[in-house]
Amino acid sequence: MNVVRPVTAGPGARPAEAPDVLLAADSVSLSFGGVQAIRDVSFDIHRGEIRSIIGPNGAGKTSMLNVINGFYKPQSGTITFKGKSHHSMQPHEAAASGIARTFQNIALFKGMSTLDNIMSGRTLKMKRGIFWQLIWYGPARDEEIENREFAEHIIDFLEIEHIRKVPVGKLAYGLQKRVELGRALAAEPELLLLDEPMAGMNLEEKEDMSRFILDVNDQFGTTIALIEHDMSVVMDLSTRVVVLDHGVKIADGTPDVVKSDQAVIDAYLGVAH
Amino acid sequence: MGFFIEVVLGGLFAGVLYSLVALGFVLIFKASGVFNFAQGAMVLFAALALVRSLEVLPLPLAFMFAAGLMILLAVAIEFLVLRPLVHQAPIILFMSTIGIFYFLEGFGQTLFGSEVYRLEVGIPADVVFVLEETFPGGLLINTFDIWAAVIAGLLVAGLAVFFHSTRIGRALRAVADDHQAAQSVGISLRNIWVIVWAAAGLVALVAGAVWGSKLGVQSSIAFVAFKALPVLILGGFTSVPGAIVGGLIIGVGEKLAEVYLGSIIGGGIENWFAYVVALVFLLIRPQGLFGERIIERV
Repeated sequence: MNVVRPVTAGPGARPAEAPDVLLAADSVSLSFGGVQAIRDVSFDIHRGEIRSIIGPNGAGKTSMLNVINGFYKPQSGTITFKGKSHHSMQPHEAAASGIARTFQNIALFKGMSTLDNIMSGRTLKMKRGIFWQLIWYGPARDEEIENREFAEHIIDFLEIEHIRKVPVGKLAYGLQKRVELGRALAAEPELLLLDEPMAGMNLEEKEDMSRFILDVNDQFGTTIALIEHDMSVVMDLSTRVVVLDHGVKIADGTPDVVKSDQAVIDAYLGVAH
Repeated sequence: MGFFIEVVLGGLFAGVLYSLVALGFVLIFKASGVFNFAQGAMVLFAALALVRSLEVLPLPLAFMFAAGLMILLAVAIEFLVLRPLVHQAPIILFMSTIGIFYFLEGFGQTLFGSEVYRLEVGIPADVVFVLEETFPGGLLINTFDIWAAVIAGLLVAGLAVFFHSTRIGRALRAVADDHQAAQSVGISLRNIWVIVWAAAGLVALVAGAVWGSKLGVQSSIAFVAFKALPVLILGGFTSVPGAIVGGLIIGVGEKLAEVYLGSIIGGGIENWFAYVVALVFLLIRPQGLFGERIIERV
């Protein structure tokens, strides 16, 4: 697939000085009962890059994202985000500190309209307490209008104006994925976690989504962690790639390095152990 | 004609009472997709707390005490019941509310006693005749019923705006749709649950005060509350205005049926008429009059 990367200030064109580490996972291990999902994995994400996490099914990619945004508590290891280390966070705390995400199986609020879904992404930007909310006048209303403007900006950006008022449960799959991206963007995250944003899409939809991801990275300056199975997409979009297999990190580097790594090739093609 | 209107009015006022209880169900259903079996017990609990504290406290303080107790109860329910059951299917949460029902019903009566208490909250209850020129003999109306209707109306208007146009309202709906997604946008499930159970508790207090003034505070209140079920099926489980309209239709429907059909097919219709209406409605319009459309993609 061909996605034309902007030649200007794309993430690939970053100067090679000391990288600004936005998030670092340090020796993270996670198990469910006897099943070891992640084994002593360390990697980092630099500010402004598109960092892909790849690996065969069951490699622990989604588990890794769930650890980062607080759905799972790792048995050991730490996550350092914006210089602050912690063993685990509550999901809403992760959201408050600037991490937004999308889900592998779309997790939208199905009964609500596209606009309401995207507005729900603004939850943390709206601070007025329950008192103002109850009387719904003055500050709470101004705040609602202000945030509505930002939501409309996102809607424009993702070209979903025509479905603004449609309950998302009725939308086609590809559009739902786009609304979900919109909801995550509405939070103005510093780190955006995308779990298979292109799964089940046709070529044209994949190209659209790839373009949106690059634009988000470029225009909003959002750092992105991406899980994707389509290798041509991964190689085109990523600044760096980390490869997991059976919960263990087997490679880490630029797309070119990873592509020619023997362990990666073995993991994907399968070799006799 | 005057008699017919009196029957309709009587039905409307009975409907207001149903609506008040149904509101509490709607609140919790909207925010968690759970039918809160315990709502009736909460109404009883709140009414008992109010009536017993009135014996020692002046009215405003007694109301504050009962309200505080309901908020405390919401915090306790979140901590002891809901928190350990995060991410469980709605049916499991539903089962836990059955537990809460039996607990509250017993606990409330252990704390506050199990007799029938007279509740006097200062709502005037005078019987007046109105429109005497239009109808021979006028219409018989109890001012208490009118007050109850006004209170219910205010409550509903407030809740409708709250749910539809505010951040917290949207967060409540988001939590109802998908727990994980709601957390990922920064909504704290715990806060939302406490808010919604506290709101349902306060609605229960209002309902308990109105019901209790009318019928006396007694354990049967907890069961009368199940009349709210057909109201919800009619109005839609997720709609605040639906709870009101549903309540009014049921109220009027059962009174009319009792008076005009009762003479033909035998009395006592009032007791089961609402459930038959609900059954018919389930066949025609399962989401209710105002419920969110059920969207099923295959």
